[in-house]
Amino acid sequence: MTTAANVFRWPEPATQTGFDVHKVRAEFPILARRVKGKPLVYLDNAATTQKPQPVIDALVRYYTAENANIHRGVHTLSELATESYEQARAVVQRFLHAADPSEIVFVRGATEGINLVAQTWGRTHVGSGDEIVISAMEHHSNIVPWQILCEQQGARLRVAPINDDGELLLDELEKLLGPKTKLVAMVHVSNALGTVNPARKVVEMGHRWNARVLLDGAQAVPHTSVDVRGLDCDFYVFSAHKVYGPTGIGVLYGKAELLDAMPPYQGGGDMISSVTFEKTLYNRLPYKFEAGTPHVAGGIGLGAALEYVNAIGIDRIAKHEHQVLACGTERLQAIPELRLIGTAREKAGVLSFVMEGIHPHDVGTILDQEGIAIRTGHHCAQPLMQRFGVPATARASLALYNTMEDIDALAGGLQKVREVFA
Amino acid sequence: MPELRDLYQDIILEHSKRPRNYRALEAANRTVEGYNPLCGDHFTVYLDVEGDHIRDISFQGSGCAISKASASMMTQVVKGKRMQETEELFEKFHHVVTGENGADSNELGKLAAFAGVSEFPVRVKCATLAWHALRAALKGEQHPVSTEE
Repeated sequence: MTTAANVFRWPEPATQTGFDVHKVRAEFPILARRVKGKPLVYLDNAATTQKPQPVIDALVRYYTAENANIHRGVHTLSELATESYEQARAVVQRFLHAADPSEIVFVRGATEGINLVAQTWGRTHVGSGDEIVISAMEHHSNIVPWQILCEQQGARLRVAPINDDGELLLDELEKLLGPKTKLVAMVHVSNALGTVNPARKVVEMGHRWNARVLLDGAQAVPHTSVDVRGLDCDFYVFSAHKVYGPTGIGVLYGKAELLDAMPPYQGGGDMISSVTFEKTLYNRLPYKFEAGTPHVAGGIGLGAALEYVNAIGIDRIAKHEHQVLACGTERLQAIPELRLIGTAREKAGVLSFVMEGIHPHDVGTILDQEGIAIRTGHHCAQPLMQRFGVPATARASLALYNTMEDIDALAGGLQKVREVFA
Repeated sequence: MPELRDLYQDIILEHSKRPRNYRALEAANRTVEGYNPLCGDHFTVYLDVEGDHIRDISFQGSGCAISKASASMMTQVVKGKRMQETEELFEKFHHVVTGENGADSNELGKLAAFAGVSEFPVRVKCATLAWHALRAALKGEQHPVSTEE
């Protein structure tokens, strides 16, 4: 039996990077709790991340001392709330290296951001016979909105294939692009495989055909530095809750000239500059796309989450996570009859795997008994599961607070799985 | 605290590894698929029904140990039974796996091995998937059964 004692131990990252993972862990109150009588080992970060105290405090402070509706009150609290919300937008702008805060649209999450682009930009720019190109590793949220659009407009969805390691085949992508291509919509980092796509290259390839390029950054933002101007992407989306912020809030970045020319997504309050029964004038960016009272607390929480990440440094986080990922990859590969799904050279944060003769669902239940939280299932990427010929996988996914001990616990838990099914 | 062994009893593990009646049934006059979209479990239940009587039954598909063992043991238990008996058996089985009041696993014979499922509520759908498909087939339905409807 493989135990922690007789295998090579990677040094804790603190010794190499000055990143103190134990100090970080102390800032996440939930990590101190126990599950099934065991210390929680949280490895389901691609589903959602836990929240550090500064984010929790920002939410409490807002509701305790600042709560008011924004953009419409003359009273003090409304001014305070508006200021906090708009400061959060500026934090997002700097985090993504966008040119201007007006390019940052608050939405419910990455999914809503993609649907917004499909139904506003898409309905006006994609016509009969046009093509939208995605990849074989997309989350359902970057497949279904385009299928809906294609059905509405008589357009065609095309899918760039991947290799057995889960890497995008750029040659095949190249063959799919052409004068009919209006949009390339691609995941930046795959939620099910961890593959980091060559986003800059994909943008270049799309632009050569005058297509627009949308990047789904839901799994990229927590793990890598994102520079939307450097990437030159036209749209970028992500969700706050996958980067230590609250659920129910996310971001659509769009180049100002594109957003400006797009029709509104939803009508209502806040998105207008004047309304008569004859004619309504829409508000300026980004408010044109933010109908109704937004998730003010969520926006503020997202701002706090990104400030938290900034204070540690996304590059240090990435370095730490890569070390834990490398250790996890090695440990899992040493387990007999375990197959990793997703072995791209460029990876971030995800260990997806199947075990011979053991269904992922059973793996998940047995690990849960050990206090270990992982995801099992198709990860909202059913076409990808079909590509690898598996109905589902088990997935351990990392965040900045995961440790080599977490990997030890996972490996020990998987040993237990094998014993139950021996 | 629930123990893993309560869930993964030997008879369940044995059936999941060597499922009985695991084949397509050539003489089938009723076929229904059962599908759990949340975890991807997918079974087809084949029935040869004559009048009120299940003359033969088999299944095929993929799923977790609990769903596969449950399907396997179900086919053994209901073969030769009348529809009404099968319906009553499912009701008792359902009570036992959900841990409802009045659940009595003594009447279930070897299906009582699934009593441990009641301590793992998210696995109830696994244990009942094939049964739901069987029930739909007995009612003469032909469209796939989903756990999420």
